[in-house]
Amino acid sequence: MTTRRDFLRRAVAGGAAAATCTVSAPAAARGNAGRSPEALGLLFDSTLCIGCKACVTACKAANDLPLDVSTRPESPWDTPVDTTAKTFNVIKVYREGAATHKDAGTDGFAFMKSSCLHCVDPSCVSACPVSAMTKDPVTGIVGYDPNACIGCRYCVAACPFGIPKYDYQSPTGEIGKCELCRHRLPDGKYSACAEVCPTGATLYGKVDDLMAEAKRRLALTPGEITRFPRGNLSTGDQPSWEGAAAAYVQHVYGETEVGGTQMLKLSAVPFDKLGHKPLPDRSFSSKSETLQHTLYGGLALPLVALGAMTWFARRNIGAHEGDEGGEE
Amino acid sequence: MSAHVHARPAPVGGRLLNLATVTCGVLILAALAVLAIRFTAGLGAVTNLNDGYPWGIWVVADVVIGSAFACGGFSVAMLVYIFNKGEYHPLVRPALLASLFGYTLAGVGVIFDLGRYWNFWHILWPGYASPNSVMFEVAACISLYILVMWLEFSPALFEKFGMKNARRRVGKAMFFLIGLGTVLPMMHQSSLGSLLVVFGTQIHPLWQTMALPAIFLISAITIGYAVVLFESCLAAAGYRRKIEMHLLTPLARVMLGMLSIFLVLRFGDLIVRGALGYAFEATLQSLMFWLETACFAAPLVLLRSAAQRRNPARLFVAGALLMLGGSLLRVNAFLVGYDTGAGWSYFPSVPEMLVTIGMFAIEVLGYIVITRRFPVLPREDHAAPAAAH
Repeated sequence: MTTRRDFLRRAVAGGAAAATCTVSAPAAARGNAGRSPEALGLLFDSTLCIGCKACVTACKAANDLPLDVSTRPESPWDTPVDTTAKTFNVIKVYREGAATHKDAGTDGFAFMKSSCLHCVDPSCVSACPVSAMTKDPVTGIVGYDPNACIGCRYCVAACPFGIPKYDYQSPTGEIGKCELCRHRLPDGKYSACAEVCPTGATLYGKVDDLMAEAKRRLALTPGEITRFPRGNLSTGDQPSWEGAAAAYVQHVYGETEVGGTQMLKLSAVPFDKLGHKPLPDRSFSSKSETLQHTLYGGLALPLVALGAMTWFARRNIGAHEGDEGGEE
Repeated sequence: MSAHVHARPAPVGGRLLNLATVTCGVLILAALAVLAIRFTAGLGAVTNLNDGYPWGIWVVADVVIGSAFACGGFSVAMLVYIFNKGEYHPLVRPALLASLFGYTLAGVGVIFDLGRYWNFWHILWPGYASPNSVMFEVAACISLYILVMWLEFSPALFEKFGMKNARRRVGKAMFFLIGLGTVLPMMHQSSLGSLLVVFGTQIHPLWQTMALPAIFLISAITIGYAVVLFESCLAAAGYRRKIEMHLLTPLARVMLGMLSIFLVLRFGDLIVRGALGYAFEATLQSLMFWLETACFAAPLVLLRSAAQRRNPARLFVAGALLMLGGSLLRVNAFLVGYDTGAGWSYFPSVPEMLVTIGMFAIEVLGYIVITRRFPVLPREDHAAPAAAH
């Protein structure tokens, strides 16, 4: 007969094993992933955006995307109000009070681009169980492969910016999101949204260059005359123009958020008013992967547990199976 | 050595066509009709899923809760074979059967929800599979566990068909299968909680914690015992059998022990993280948190004395409440506590619910058919002469 003491001893051993599993030293801990020196991205300056939506149209054309009717039927024209599986880029408008002054927090209005931020340490890539979401080790572009995708939508749920979207209207629905026009890179072209932007509000380039440009603008005195580049910052393919610097919020959105993003944003209106919530510096994927690899790294803990369980089972099995009369 | 004399499992017998099985059949047909639309017209045609709530009840109820309800086999097997509590042996087969069904259906249910289901094999295929993904771990462990459970249950099938050699061969490997059968569910039941870690600040602080794997695992084991109480009472009532009170009463104590560990862990974590304050805000989340907590705490009150643990009605209600609490924990963590930004909302559509109900109907139907025809429940030798043999 087993005694109560036996039972307790095993319960304690089991509890200790479980505790070791959950709080053991973070041997596999990892911090935020680092950014590739060749990383490509965008700089969106809300104060330069005039809301013309040329980038929305260009994105549709470059990615061969169909119409997306998401406005009310009585609207004078169709225009998507948010990104969807078939709309990878939209310009959203912020309105407050009389909405008469551009870039003013009160009685003002401002524009904000909504598209993939190409996180340095993306949640969607960490979440994806089948490597359909991948991060290019050189360009850092977060790409999607529908042929690998199982349609589980873990990426949709995980993204802190709500970017990957799924097509629920199709029996073979795919995920849709901005891939920074990576299909145009081999032709020497770059992101269509930046290419067509008339004011340089959306600027393409290496993230290092974009970050330097963003920091330069933040250092300007409001009203100070300066030159704003357009198109591709790193190659200077389009002429720049002269204008006055806005009263920027002193923060580059995307510099630190969830470990940094390759799309950087500047604004004169506080970012949370433009739908950009404050986010912690530590990437969620690094937390999740640290947890997983601590528990399952090298399958060490599961194998130890399996060994212990098998040992107990082997020792105890005969006693209970024998009385069934069957030959075990 | 512990040598317990148990009644050997035997088929219950009786008619297969009755009100319960016909009702299940109708519900299953309704679910199949909905699924036909889903597979021809897309998820949007029958579900209320959207990009703010890409996961609905097909994930949370059919898979996350469904697999937790299917932890009876694992919880009881651990008690019998790891903790050497042989007296519970008669509970192993029925619990394992329910688990087998629960998990197999959870695995099938995943396919209904996958938008690109024909690629599902990628999740276990080198080159596609990504070990960084929590979902990979869940998928790998659940797939393997379903296989292991079929093998663990196979003696019942081999006995039925008189396949003595196969029965003997499986018997020899049984200790290893049992080992795997305890470690695999520990791994994926904890990972079902870990799934949410990467959601970061989108999950309400009452549910977002690095202790999620432990919280989900301990609650799943507790639910496992609750399900056994619930099922045993239901099977006894349905088949007019004697309730195995001599097993269920001590099992209820084991369940309360696990439950206490769970509550200490749950509240300890909230206090350590300084998140308990959120429970006192006037929000839907705090209301749901207290509802969840009440369901978990109620069995401690309902079954506090030995006399109460000998009352079948109390065992049944306590088991059901614990199952409800475990379900609320999962619904709260995955849906109520999930906020992806303004403008998004989700409540399951009727067709969505029909599929979930249909899935549970398959489990009930399968349980009835198998217990009536296969040796699963203990033979009632000492019962009233009316009992079917």
